[in-house]
Amino acid sequence: MKKIYMDYAATSPIKPEVLAAMKPYFSQKFGNSSSIHSFGREARAAIDKARTQVAKFLNCLPEEIIFTSGGTESDNLAIRGIIKTLKHSNIKTKPHIITSAFEHHAILHTCQDLEKQGLAEVTYVRPDREGIISVEDVKKAIKPNTVLVSIMYVNNEIGTVQPVGDIGEMIRRWAIDASKIRNRDYSLMSNVYFHTDAVQAIEYFDCDVRKLGVDMLSLSAHKFGGPKGMGALYVKIGTPIASIQTGGAQESNHRAGTENVAGIVGLGKAISLINASTRQRLTKLRDYFINKIQKNIPDVILNGSKKFRSPNNVNFSFLGAEGESILLNLDLLGIAASSGSACASGSLAPSHVLSAIGCMPGESHSAVRFTLGEKTSKQEIDYVVKNLVNIIKKLRKMSPYFHK
Amino acid sequence: MFDLYSKKVMKYFMHPKNIGVIKDADGVGTVGNPRCGDVMKLYIKIGRRPILKSRVKSLKSKAEEYIKDIKVQTLGCGAAIASSSVLTEMVKGKSLSDALRLSNKEVAKELGGLPPIKLHCSVLAEEGLKKAIDDYKKKKQN
Repeated sequence: MKKIYMDYAATSPIKPEVLAAMKPYFSQKFGNSSSIHSFGREARAAIDKARTQVAKFLNCLPEEIIFTSGGTESDNLAIRGIIKTLKHSNIKTKPHIITSAFEHHAILHTCQDLEKQGLAEVTYVRPDREGIISVEDVKKAIKPNTVLVSIMYVNNEIGTVQPVGDIGEMIRRWAIDASKIRNRDYSLMSNVYFHTDAVQAIEYFDCDVRKLGVDMLSLSAHKFGGPKGMGALYVKIGTPIASIQTGGAQESNHRAGTENVAGIVGLGKAISLINASTRQRLTKLRDYFINKIQKNIPDVILNGSKKFRSPNNVNFSFLGAEGESILLNLDLLGIAASSGSACASGSLAPSHVLSAIGCMPGESHSAVRFTLGEKTSKQEIDYVVKNLVNIIKKLRKMSPYFHK
Repeated sequence: MFDLYSKKVMKYFMHPKNIGVIKDADGVGTVGNPRCGDVMKLYIKIGRRPILKSRVKSLKSKAEEYIKDIKVQTLGCGAAIASSSVLTEMVKGKSLSDALRLSNKEVAKELGGLPPIKLHCSVLAEEGLKKAIDDYKKKKQN
């Protein structure tokens, strides 16, 4: 049975060039980069090269890149690392973090954990119905004790693109406003730092950290043809961040642990292979897919802005049918997609992203996410839509609600 | 292929039995809520039949009510569709008293087991049946 993969936002296959670049570092060039001898130096050179590749992509200095085990660790390091540097004995007030209500759980659960421990207070800015965070709303949330703003670049469920550059610019202007400087709680920090989770943005959007105005940026290799278990955090020089994994002196004392050399090499190679042509090709396919669904299946809702949207994301609610059932039917035909429905999530709660943008339960439970990628073709989309039409018809017929 | 569910759950999911409505149903029960995402609507038609000789000794009446026909409509996940469908097969033709004794555990067992997080689907099916029978009893009184 032919298999069709439309879950690239979950993970992507490793690119052949990436695998080839990684291979020598398992059994041949296997040294520990902290070792002084030739085996170690060989590994160190490979890591330095990869670091330069990532720095070039983000337009920053190599020393501003910390390698981690993935997007989740990068997000944890960014948030916990900032809070940890605060001198607890001296501070007058609890530090304040601003983030969005529809961040990835790596951000949300980390913030909630800090709240529970009494280490921070958090404001969760809600997106609008289109799935976009307003710069004004973030600005309004800034207080004298705000130390960190963390807003994702591209939402992983609905693919909407946030105005990260504008938020960075707003924070920069805010910071030099005289009245704000006077009111600032300097027992905490002198600046408001800005982090973005760019995990879903790296492949398709401009991630030049100077243009974005970010102090920190998270990325994850397996989303763009690199290996799983590998990521990075950009940290602008001068950003006060403490390590959350302690031990040896690796990564300039920012992240202890013997480096995953092969993984790092893979990450560097994968990021150097990213090019703009995929973005154009996928945008066309995405729009073709969206139009075809809207034309052939009645009573569907596209979740999230069509205009400010990742080139690979198609997320629809199919009213009157349930998400997991749709996925199961697709899976039986070899088609892979994902859903924010409670039944499919393992938690029995509807998707927090869809709830955040104001979806009713019936819309959340019937939502399915298709994310396109390298191997996606027009023929695959035609096949999927053709079968989707029948699946939705069948499920609606079985349900108590959908009868006209 | 789909390790989450047993073969039997998948069988009922792909080819569910007794799906639909009964237009002149004697009892209707709707359970579930949009919040958790599963909704089941059960329709039953009640008939009367003489009780088998072997059971007559201990019973006063010589006839019993039984589930003559049963249909269900389900909006929900694989476990919900399978649970509601297998329940209809298990109670069709059963006396009302036997049907009321059916527990969600038996439904789950009949399906070859359900993942713990999906057990509530079998509970929902059991509740739906009870609600439909209650509805019939209320209508009978009026």
